[in-house]
Amino acid sequence: MNTENDLTPFATCILEEQTQLTLADLCRACAVHAERIIELVDAGVLEPQGREPARWIFAGASLHRARAALRLQRDLDIDLAGAALALELLDEIDTLRTRLRAMGGEY
Amino acid sequence: MEFKDYYKIMGVARDATQDEIKRAYRKLARKYHPDVSKEADAEARFKELGEAHEVLKDAEKRAAYDQLGANYKGGQEFRPPPDWNTGFEFSGGGFTGGDAADYSDFFASLFGRDFRAGGAGRASPHAKGEDHHAKVLIDLEDTYHGATRTITLRVPAVDVQGHVITRERVLNITIPKGIRAGQHIRLSGQGSAGSGEGQAGDLYLEVEFRAHPLYRVDGRDLYLDLPVAPWEAALGAIVKVPTLGGIVELKIPEGSGSGRKLRLKGRGIPGDPPGDCYVILAIALPPAENEAAKDFYRKMAQELNFNPRTKLGVPE
Repeated sequence: MNTENDLTPFATCILEEQTQLTLADLCRACAVHAERIIELVDAGVLEPQGREPARWIFAGASLHRARAALRLQRDLDIDLAGAALALELLDEIDTLRTRLRAMGGEY
Repeated sequence: MEFKDYYKIMGVARDATQDEIKRAYRKLARKYHPDVSKEADAEARFKELGEAHEVLKDAEKRAAYDQLGANYKGGQEFRPPPDWNTGFEFSGGGFTGGDAADYSDFFASLFGRDFRAGGAGRASPHAKGEDHHAKVLIDLEDTYHGATRTITLRVPAVDVQGHVITRERVLNITIPKGIRAGQHIRLSGQGSAGSGEGQAGDLYLEVEFRAHPLYRVDGRDLYLDLPVAPWEAALGAIVKVPTLGGIVELKIPEGSGSGRKLRLKGRGIPGDPPGDCYVILAIALPPAENEAAKDFYRKMAQELNFNPRTKLGVPE
């Protein structure tokens, strides 16, 4: 196994705290065309600020969500509405699980 | 190399029909999809499943695979027979999306690696490089103080002979103070190199916390179970509590019961506002190991006139 070492520490930022993701940033990070992201907004999966696509500003957490929605559609052969529903239910499960764990419960 | 029993992976009989295979795949894919399943090995299971499906859904590949015989068992040492696939013509183009680079060596030895998922399109001469995504495990302490950590990523790459190899890439990264589980660290320009004058892609690292021996995490808040002696809970006390920032003193109010939640404001994961650390009291009983201790418990029983089950409606 080859090893490549690059030990200069990189400047990093927390994506989610950077609330200034534009449509172009999101397309770039998800490696998809803008149409796919616009579909996600139309389905209510992503909720950007701003009126028209060119001015949309997405919260950093949108990246995670957009990628999950795209993967679910591709891998499970479901449509956008199905993926949106799955994501909402997964969010709810996540919230409940975290709460349960914080209270010391098992899941 | 290990033999992979694709039928077993998909949970179908060797004579399953193509429809049965499709149904089994869909069902298992929903179960093990990494975005859906919380099982630790979901990602590995999902990849294995994708690989099995890739072979079994395709009549040509399935026939070739079947020819290897039913004598192999999953996990058994396997070496492909020299001319094993002569007489089979793979029409190609049969590979669907998915991350074909993740298929096992076993798959590659049978069907080769020289395929690409279709639809990638022609890259323009100055295309930006691909973004890479990976998960990293960090300690809670790292987000509390901020830290520089060395991480090792396994990157599939193609060597000069065209074989897919796994290369290790060691990176030194700064963990930003206050990062939470599920958030991403972006390393600009650390993805694939761009072509021509195109920019390099970015590397996104999704953060997960290693399970901590003391604290549970909910967003920015921490939860700590704090054992207290019965007299500390009953009479009140000032006790020492470990927090990520060091030991602090906490006042246990008089008459506290097990499960009481006390808040150490701002002692959670840093941020604006910082999270809190919730301390959950757990009353620990001193063991009655010797006669003196037993006598003491007997004395408590006599003098305290205490029935812990009054609410259950049972007589004493």
